Amino acid sequence: MKDRSYEAVMARRKEIMKATVGVDYDRYELDGVAFDYERLMKDTSYPIASIRRIQSETGVGNTPLIELKNITRLVRSMSKSGYGARIFLKDEATNPSGSFKDRRASISVSRAKELGYKGVIAATSGNYGAAVASQSMKRALKCIVVQECYDSRGKGQPEILEKARACEAYGAEVAQLTVGPELFYYFLLLLEETGYFNASLYTPYAIAGIESLGYEIVEQSNTLIGRNPDYVLATHAGGGNLTGTARGLIKAGADQTKVIGVSVDLSGLHMASNRDFNRKSFTTGHTGFGIPFAVLPDRSDVPRNAARALRYMDRYLLVTQGEVFYVTEMLARLEGLQRGPAGNTSLTAAIALARELPEDKTIVVQETEYTGAGKLPSAQLTFARDNGIEIVRGDPIKMDSPGKRIAIPESYSQIAYKEVNMDDLRRSYIKQLMKQGVTLIDSDFEFLSEELKIPVTKVRELVKEVSDDVDSEK
Amino acid sequence: MSVIKGQWVQIRRIILSAGERAPSVPEDTKEVPLELRVKGFLLEEKSEVGEMVTVETASGRKVSGRLEAVEPAHKHNFGDYIPELSEAGNELTRWLTGGDNDER
Repeated sequence: MKDRSYEAVMARRKEIMKATVGVDYDRYELDGVAFDYERLMKDTSYPIASIRRIQSETGVGNTPLIELKNITRLVRSMSKSGYGARIFLKDEATNPSGSFKDRRASISVSRAKELGYKGVIAATSGNYGAAVASQSMKRALKCIVVQECYDSRGKGQPEILEKARACEAYGAEVAQLTVGPELFYYFLLLLEETGYFNASLYTPYAIAGIESLGYEIVEQSNTLIGRNPDYVLATHAGGGNLTGTARGLIKAGADQTKVIGVSVDLSGLHMASNRDFNRKSFTTGHTGFGIPFAVLPDRSDVPRNAARALRYMDRYLLVTQGEVFYVTEMLARLEGLQRGPAGNTSLTAAIALARELPEDKTIVVQETEYTGAGKLPSAQLTFARDNGIEIVRGDPIKMDSPGKRIAIPESYSQIAYKEVNMDDLRRSYIKQLMKQGVTLIDSDFEFLSEELKIPVTKVRELVKEVSDDVDSEK
Repeated sequence: MSVIKGQWVQIRRIILSAGERAPSVPEDTKEVPLELRVKGFLLEEKSEVGEMVTVETASGRKVSGRLEAVEPAHKHNFGDYIPELSEAGNELTRWLTGGDNDER
């Protein structure tokens, strides 16, 4: 019998991955720090027409694009004359399990079936669990979802408990763990024990599945307004949502559309802390994933992460928990759409951004998610209060304090965003590389130019700055 | 509480004890074990809550652990009435149905 100790299992991670993902990542490694991202995507995934065909087999995609006319009118009521961009919302909650995650799951699960696996396993506390469970049943596969769900007192995050309920409703097994990154260790043990397919969020299939979302936005936008959207806003966590959507936009010819990532600001809370775990009201779409995954994408559960946000992100905006709850209420009250709070993260930034843009510009918010018990502002705020968080009406920019206070705006005019400096993110990315002790070779600069969406000369500049910085720290 | 074979139960087991936690985890997490909770059908003929048992999970795996709950219900809900949120919602409805000349 194999050694099941933490160290032994982690040491076997590469062979376990290779057997359970169906991708030989080594084939795409290049000299230096680089790998051939586009070839990995091309070889191991599907063209967009096949993606759409696979998704149509299980009822995924073709979600409506809805103009938020009342919210746009509200934005214009507080903008200077001639300002207030039109806001459109891609209603991804209408997918089978209630979120865009069905797009990712549909391709992963279809692949698992094609390769002859008996079941799939996904490590996720989010909507992806329900998506994988739902798609697995459509393809007659067994399914296990591994969640980080409870703190050491056995108190579960309501949103995660709801997702567990959904997974069970589809007939999946839900393995619920307490806080800690060693979830990955248990996940590897399960893969080894069952021989199931690793339906990772970060394989080329999972990312390619989202390309159809970007593609549909371009098609629908052309039908509705006769041209491509000016801005697409995507909630950013692990990077897959933004990466896949942006790739789809480009494939549909919208290469001038600006792609903006948005996260909930949870700075100050430690994601692996047992104490902090239940002091947050968002379990995804926040900076605790957004920043680490942007600057070190290969931290994921596969050797090379296909979600690489900095390749596609033009700007990165942050909003507060209280603002997203307020906007969730607004979406229900002004547009008659009750949708889950985390999915409204990028809508929140869209409202602030629309004020700064002329009336003839268009913004597409590319997702919504289902709502229900545990997944409502009232459920989350009740839970927050029970965990000692103060809830007030007030200016979120001044009053918000993650883990201590949630400020519900006193007026819609208080909805604003904080902008993250993209070059700071790029410097962090380079610093993460430097910390691994690598020496960059010439071809690496080309790779980094693609990874960071900047010219080679700019890469050289940033690398020099970071090296000087790292040297002075020594 | 007694449970018989085939009943749907929840078990709990320690995956990593406090001393076995990964080096990277923060101190407050290191002090507690990594625990698993999973549900399944009881395989023993008869057991009591708190005893070590084995279950068969929805995917057909056999997992052992301490019996924690019998036929556990989903108890997460829609939450309490939150005055701050309700107030904000009512303001928005007033704007919608009362014209554009409202508060800024």
